[in-house]
Amino acid sequence: MAEHEELTPVETPEGLKQPGRIQKAPENFLTPTEIESVTQGRRNFLRGSLFAAVAAMTGRHAFAQGSDAVNAASGDPYILQPQTWATTLGKGVATAPYGLPSKYEADVIRRQSPGLTQTTQSSVSFSPLQSMFGIITASGLHFERHHQGWYDIDPTQHRLMVNGSSPEFVKKPKVYTMDDIMRMPFVSRIHFIECGANTGMEWGNVAVPTVQYTHGMLSCSEFTGVPLRLILEDCGANMSKKFVLAEGADGSAMTRTIPMEMVLNDEVLVAYGMNGEMMRPENGYPLRLVVPGVQGVSWVKWLRRIEVGDQPYGTKDEAVHYIDLMPDGQHRQYTSVQECKSVICTPSGGQKLLEKGYYTISGLAWSGRGKVRQVDVSTDGGINWKRAKLETPVQSKALTRFSLPWNWDGKAVILQSRAVDDTGYVQPTYGQLRAVRGTRSIYHNNAIQSWGVAENGDVSNVQVL
Amino acid sequence: MFKFSKSFMPAITLALLPFATTTPSIAADKYTGVGRAATPAEIQAWDIDVRPDFKGLPKGSGSVEQGQVIWENKCASCHGTFGESNTVFTPLVGGTTKDDVKTGNVANLKRADYPGRTTMMKVASLSTLWDYIHRAMPWNAPKTLSDDEVYAVVAYLLNLSEIVPDDFTLSDSNIREVQKLMPNRNGMSLKHAMWPGKSGLVTATPPDTKNTACMSNCKPAAKVSSTLPDYAKTSHGELAPQTRPFGQTRGQGAAAGSSAKPAHNPDYALAEKSGCLACHGINQKIVGPGFNEVADKYKGQDAAAKLATKVKNGGVGVWGSIPMPAQTDLKDSDAQTLVKWILSGAPTQ
Repeated sequence: MAEHEELTPVETPEGLKQPGRIQKAPENFLTPTEIESVTQGRRNFLRGSLFAAVAAMTGRHAFAQGSDAVNAASGDPYILQPQTWATTLGKGVATAPYGLPSKYEADVIRRQSPGLTQTTQSSVSFSPLQSMFGIITASGLHFERHHQGWYDIDPTQHRLMVNGSSPEFVKKPKVYTMDDIMRMPFVSRIHFIECGANTGMEWGNVAVPTVQYTHGMLSCSEFTGVPLRLILEDCGANMSKKFVLAEGADGSAMTRTIPMEMVLNDEVLVAYGMNGEMMRPENGYPLRLVVPGVQGVSWVKWLRRIEVGDQPYGTKDEAVHYIDLMPDGQHRQYTSVQECKSVICTPSGGQKLLEKGYYTISGLAWSGRGKVRQVDVSTDGGINWKRAKLETPVQSKALTRFSLPWNWDGKAVILQSRAVDDTGYVQPTYGQLRAVRGTRSIYHNNAIQSWGVAENGDVSNVQVL
Repeated sequence: MFKFSKSFMPAITLALLPFATTTPSIAADKYTGVGRAATPAEIQAWDIDVRPDFKGLPKGSGSVEQGQVIWENKCASCHGTFGESNTVFTPLVGGTTKDDVKTGNVANLKRADYPGRTTMMKVASLSTLWDYIHRAMPWNAPKTLSDDEVYAVVAYLLNLSEIVPDDFTLSDSNIREVQKLMPNRNGMSLKHAMWPGKSGLVTATPPDTKNTACMSNCKPAAKVSSTLPDYAKTSHGELAPQTRPFGQTRGQGAAAGSSAKPAHNPDYALAEKSGCLACHGINQKIVGPGFNEVADKYKGQDAAAKLATKVKNGGVGVWGSIPMPAQTDLKDSDAQTLVKWILSGAPTQ
């Protein structure tokens, strides 16, 4: 890497006079003529870098409106002048043995919501939905929710135990190592995971500025793992029992009750793979439960035990938290399904449209009950709607990307998206949702999100009933 | 031959089951050499859950008085002496009344103006408290309380909530009676559309809302009911860098010239990265002492080397009974850097 840095004339101009410092490529990869042309290119780069310096001085806005910066007499210096990346030797393979995003993407990161929690170990980080494409969340951007911190557990020391709440429910209680789990038949499926508290800060009124904080406890990955049914059958479990308990190996020893029906239809996976590699430590390495369509807290991370039982377990995170306070003072318990929901990610709160003209509205839709059937987009706060285009394949209990062409005329508008799933359920307005659930809940807010666009192009979070 | 037919036959049987369509049909006993029997001792070590019917509850007992001692040593630093603290976590105790103990419904939950909801206002099953404290508390040293200590801590919480008297001892033999006094024992509703099973746990209802996919002239006007409050415009830091600086949009403020904040002090960044700030505030106590308190205590002393060793090895007693865990992953040089930084007043910029 150091050799490459020395190739940049701006940083070490004396390098120009020392062509010998160019590192020879393996097996005489460059001919003498090619080496000459590389050296020539570096001189050109010096001229090019002057243009770049001028552009940099005029600030980001000049870069933003690159076409305006074009010299009318000749053209864009980035076209007219050979650039260093076109005229010098780039870096070698495996310079970054595990590849990282471009340095220009350094601000595309998970973020915390200041003041939401007092510790980082019992806290949340949100995915930057405003900067993502398609439906797969880059593994390093997957949202985090830990209750007692995360560990990078040695997979050779990790165990999964299966037993019964009564001994007769599981004939052969067993212990599996990662070796054992990874020998078994596997499936790979794409599913979204959403925290039950996603959008929870917005129940009463607008509270946070960007889509990262309103909707960023949402991610979607390809998960690879063993259907839990196969493991339970391997242990001789009585599959007519109604519940399983999933338990984590971390300090919180997170527990949640899962319905056996979802195990029987092979939806519930004991997963180790995520987006082609092992699960990330923050997401439960080496093993987590995947419970499609159900809120993230049930996807127990660092999964260490499954218990087959005949009654629900009333665990802390299904009896004190993740319960929905209704206007009559009752709490709804075991609310688990994430109902149909959507959000526009571009443009969205905290952003700015630089000029009038064409944009492609882009967003995400999902349903914990199945596939997204349609998404409609409104640019007038929900009076009139247009059908958005859905990227295919549309998959059950997975994020679905939608888009809509849009010409902004420079007037103030309100953007909304509204998803419909294949049960026919239509994403509700805030007014409809509050009429039933009030405003004091924390969980399961799937109301239509509104973004106000002002005449100056500023986009901000607003609510429309 | 016999071996083949034995494994092949159940596979066919399974393939006929309605749910076996998405996975290769493999018999339950076919995974030769995969997994092993769990020993009784292993099951006992890990099968720690306690259900609402108290199945799984170990024998034992603990008094309010014993609970108070444990509480003050191991719980109060986060939760407050009376379980009322809102500093680190949401309050545990408060908001319940003697009348709630009679009715089993916490009346304050009906009040829109009641500030906050404590654990004791919400929890319906005593098993939930016992199970959770046993498996996950104290927060920074989970699973270190004995069964009797868990009984005692639960008894103390019940006493703070005026559910049991000062001289009460909670045990496996009287816990079912105490369950009948839980203030919100009747506060859970199981009628909704959001349980993914049909197993009779909930009474399934249609979804709460019935919006329609109206396409035109759906309402006379779009009225904005809420906008971002002023304080929230800056509460999440600068918005400019939170949107990619090229593409369809910019982050607000990005085009208005540079307003970059001064960079964090690199040692502050190291403290953040190393997880110190989870338990130590710069200017206030969280779980452990604030860095300002540490700097004050060792002012004028040559304590850097001693403290760096303490950071690495952990310690207990100087600042109270909550132990500081050993920081084994922290490099020696980083420990020294952090201690110097703390003693110099822990500047953030």
